[in-house]
Amino acid sequence: MKEYKTITSVTGPLIFLENTENIGYGEYVKINLSDGSVKRGQVLDTSGSRVVVQVFEGTRNIDKNAYVKFSGDVLKIPVAYDMLGRVFSGSGDPLDGGPKVIPEARLDINGLPINPYKRAPPHEFIQTGVSAIDGMNSLIRGQKLPIFSGSGLPHNQLALQIARQATVLDCTESFAVIFVAMGITEEEAKYFISDFEKTGALERGIVFLNLASDPSIERLIVPRIALTTAEFFAFNYDMHMLVIMTDMTNYCEALREIGSAREEVPGRRGYPGYMYTDLASIYERAGRIEGKNGSVTQVPILTMPGDDITHPIPDLSGYITEGQIIVSRDLERKGVYPPIDVLPSLSRLMSKGIGKDRTREDHKSVSDQLYAAYAEGKDLRGIVSIVGKESLSKSDKLFLDFADNFERNFVAQKSNENRGIQTTLDIGWEILSKLPEDKLLRVSDELIEKYMRRFMNAPNKTD
Amino acid sequence: MLLELTCGVINLENKGTIYRISGPVVTATNIDAKMNELVRVGKEGLFGEVIEIDYDKTIIQVYEDTSLLKPGDEVTTTGMPLSVDLGPGLLGSIYDGVQRPLPKLSVLMGEFIKRGAEAPGIDREKKWKFFPLKKKGDIVNYGEAIGYVDENEHTKHFIMSPPNITGTIIEILEEGDYTVEEVLCKLDNGAVIKMYQRWPVKVPRPFKDKMMPNVPLVTGKRIIDVLFPLAKGGTAAIPGPFGSGKTVTQQQLAKWSDTKVVVYIGCGERGNEMIDVLTEFPKLVDPVTGGPLMNRTVLIANTSNMPVAAREASIYTGITIAEYYRDMGYDVALMADSTSRWAEAMREISSRLEEMPGEEGYPAYLSSRLSSFYERAGIVVTLGGKIGSVTVIGAVSPPGGDFSEPVVQNTLRITKTFWALDSNLSQKRHFPSINWLESYSLYYDSLKEWFESKISVDWDRTRAEAMEILQKEAELQEIVQLVGADALPPDQQFLLEISRMIREIFLQQDSYHEVDEFHSLKRQFSLLNAIIRFSRLGNNAIENGVEIDKIIKLESKAEISKVRYRKDFESKIGSINETMSKEFKALLGEE
Ligand SMILES: Nc1ncnc2c1ncn2[C@@H]1O[C@H](COP(=O)(O)OP(=O)(O)OP(=O)(O)O)[C@@H](O)[C@H]1O
Ligand SMILES: [Mg+2]
Repeated sequence: MKEYKTITSVTGPLIFLENTENIGYGEYVKINLSDGSVKRGQVLDTSGSRVVVQVFEGTRNIDKNAYVKFSGDVLKIPVAYDMLGRVFSGSGDPLDGGPKVIPEARLDINGLPINPYKRAPPHEFIQTGVSAIDGMNSLIRGQKLPIFSGSGLPHNQLALQIARQATVLDCTESFAVIFVAMGITEEEAKYFISDFEKTGALERGIVFLNLASDPSIERLIVPRIALTTAEFFAFNYDMHMLVIMTDMTNYCEALREIGSAREEVPGRRGYPGYMYTDLASIYERAGRIEGKNGSVTQVPILTMPGDDITHPIPDLSGYITEGQIIVSRDLERKGVYPPIDVLPSLSRLMSKGIGKDRTREDHKSVSDQLYAAYAEGKDLRGIVSIVGKESLSKSDKLFLDFADNFERNFVAQKSNENRGIQTTLDIGWEILSKLPEDKLLRVSDELIEKYMRRFMNAPNKTD
Repeated sequence: MLLELTCGVINLENKGTIYRISGPVVTATNIDAKMNELVRVGKEGLFGEVIEIDYDKTIIQVYEDTSLLKPGDEVTTTGMPLSVDLGPGLLGSIYDGVQRPLPKLSVLMGEFIKRGAEAPGIDREKKWKFFPLKKKGDIVNYGEAIGYVDENEHTKHFIMSPPNITGTIIEILEEGDYTVEEVLCKLDNGAVIKMYQRWPVKVPRPFKDKMMPNVPLVTGKRIIDVLFPLAKGGTAAIPGPFGSGKTVTQQQLAKWSDTKVVVYIGCGERGNEMIDVLTEFPKLVDPVTGGPLMNRTVLIANTSNMPVAAREASIYTGITIAEYYRDMGYDVALMADSTSRWAEAMREISSRLEEMPGEEGYPAYLSSRLSSFYERAGIVVTLGGKIGSVTVIGAVSPPGGDFSEPVVQNTLRITKTFWALDSNLSQKRHFPSINWLESYSLYYDSLKEWFESKISVDWDRTRAEAMEILQKEAELQEIVQLVGADALPPDQQFLLEISRMIREIFLQQDSYHEVDEFHSLKRQFSLLNAIIRFSRLGNNAIENGVEIDKIIKLESKAEISKVRYRKDFESKIGSINETMSKEFKALLGEE
């Protein structure tokens, strides 16, 4: 192990050293401060005699007398089955007063790209118990499906509900949740952990916490530590891992901080030009592998600055993930929980996981029909605001009511209500049955007979 | 050119040392390398390419992860630029960005891609049955075929002399099974021809002559073939925000285009999408030959989490393979998803080089790189005297869906077909979500004649009428927003009905319906023609005082909306046209 006391400058999260000898790119570094404390870091740039190190814990208190030790290796974390049920810091140290992890393996936190040829196509439906997701934008094992939200909206509540309720139908395989906090408040973190403890989810879960008061640069490693752990369980213990990461916006801010400290040419709105690639190195770690039983499913959460979906953080995420669940301020204001706006939401893998033998034969049709009818109802809301409700035809009025009905009865549910997919689809049919039957163009007559007829009291035709 | 590259006086095995490592960019000193030369870096011999020479410093982009490379590690030249293997066995393959076969990599290193593995692009051991087309004493011109192998049931793979080799045959092997390494043919000047050749990816393969594209690439997609057609040998851009349908459209074109070969490049996109293609295509049927679709497909998969420098290379690897099949006299379509990720790879490397950034941090050469890529498309007379084409279709992923950004803008300057994807449409589940007001095809004028002579003399007139209706609709919509549709005069209300038919019946097309997903040009025309006929007859009826409600309720209108899903489309459309005539006669008779 090489050791130097040659720091020449410290700027932001970076330290610069000189007179170093052949330090490896990406090496893991320990910095011993004069006050006896230790910080950790990683080499970002190395040349003949000069090295740049990013310090995870921030550079506060580092001076030129600090000793810098180069490990000769990349950052590896210890992983073990016993990590289940534990709470760790953003650098992977136990926070719950429990013992250190006795490693079964030490793994590079950056992982390796899955060979695309060895990926197995995701197709298993995960029931979250949330109708707006299960019915309209289903989550599939091995998918990366983020929640795009805004500050102050109940995305954490929704994430917890998903974590508590997620199951795979007719399946007894082991399943675990990894929860990753990046820069969230202590209060939010407590909310998560106490809920996990209360519901027993923690027994089958692992928590990694980087709080708002923790060093920001650590946010760059915590999702990688968590995903390395997830891969270990998925591909060594055949487990199905659901990784919830909140808040990716704070992750990206940390990335921007490093970029500006390095005086890089910034990309859009000051974020680094390589942010797409960097985010991909996290999100692409979701998936299934041919010949292995386990899987890694990701539900990253991000708050859109200014509720703007074209902001680089949601924008680049959307370009990488397989759809998005949009949490809407309008619905929240109306008192709808969960305030999921299904129209701009999308699950790109949904069609692979639903239908006969997976969920139910009518799933696709009923979801298409709900989507179309809700879109029509919402359009009519716009028209009503101009020309008034009176001028609408009878059928249009029914669509207008449908939109409300859909929001109040299908989308809205209690935060502890775990709806089975059958119930979700039945609610869908029930509210569709209030519409004129000849306007239901996306569902076949057979399906109407089989699933909708029983909700209809009287024949319901347009005028 | 190639001779210079392969026979120049460069010192093979020239060694130097690493001076600096910054991400994928490595600086070496004390090495005598050429621009764009391939070098091996570090103990594991990672592949890299020389991208800049600055006094005593040689700057290299490395195609693999550079973690733990150290200053002082060795760098060795190879004497060759980055090249690909061209020969039988390309079809049906899946490669990374530098043509390493992914199945082979998984055998060598398991489910994850580690670094340092070497795997040739085409199998050196496999034997192929060679059929000679030339004999001793014959002259072989540059790029001329000396024989062929059946690469698969439906594809004759011509074994061509490399573009820089010509001479008189002094020896040629007879029909038989050979590996790609065996010398098939010796020429009087000492040159030899094998079943495969190598070609530097950044050098376009030469041809005799470029021709004007005037035959359409038939895609089976109505909005494309009728409104915004692409020519064989042409270029198209599909820009759109995330989730608007770029990948689905490209995959659909890969399935349905009437070409001999498809090269599909997943450039910095999702791993799951590549495996989708890989699991689906072998089960699907090639619309041209009836064989498995995978048999005409070459996949390049350099996903977003794979090394950035190899992503930069993937586009060149793909286009070179496409040109190679073109040189056999085939039509090739190349899809690049997404060229924005390619541009970003350039930007990342450029910023590591601390080059002066241009617009939005992209290097100043963004525009010239994009144009030299699209310039490699074309319909040509090959060196061997055949006619072949490469059609290039590039997806563009603009930040925030904003088409004014540099990659879209620079692409539009070069490409001649523009399919603008619109998230308003995709959110309404109107697919393909190609915006009919913004999109265009500059090929249409040179293709018009083809459509009129092969499909219908009324092609242009019908299309123009449809376009006009769509234009007018857009204008009327503004008024409707203010006063409501009821306030419009009957003929304008009727126009709105017709434009709605055009949009919902003709422009929308279900990619998951076995009949609707592909319509022949004849079907496409009859469908549009039926709608336009309904429009004409309807307008006439309105002029004669018929109420619009009566026209809208006609049976023939309802039938037009369903006919596109029917297997017996042809006979059905005939009867619809008859019904239509009768119904309108009856309406007018009533008055
Ligand atoms: N022609 C189509 N028919 C039916 N559905 C479609 C069609 N095109 C797109 N979609 C739907 O839209 C989703 C997104 O499409 P696609 O993956 O092609 O978007 P994209 O533009 O490539 O997005 P990104 O830039 O994020 O890669 C698909 O998963 C599918 O659900
Ligand atoms: Mg895509």
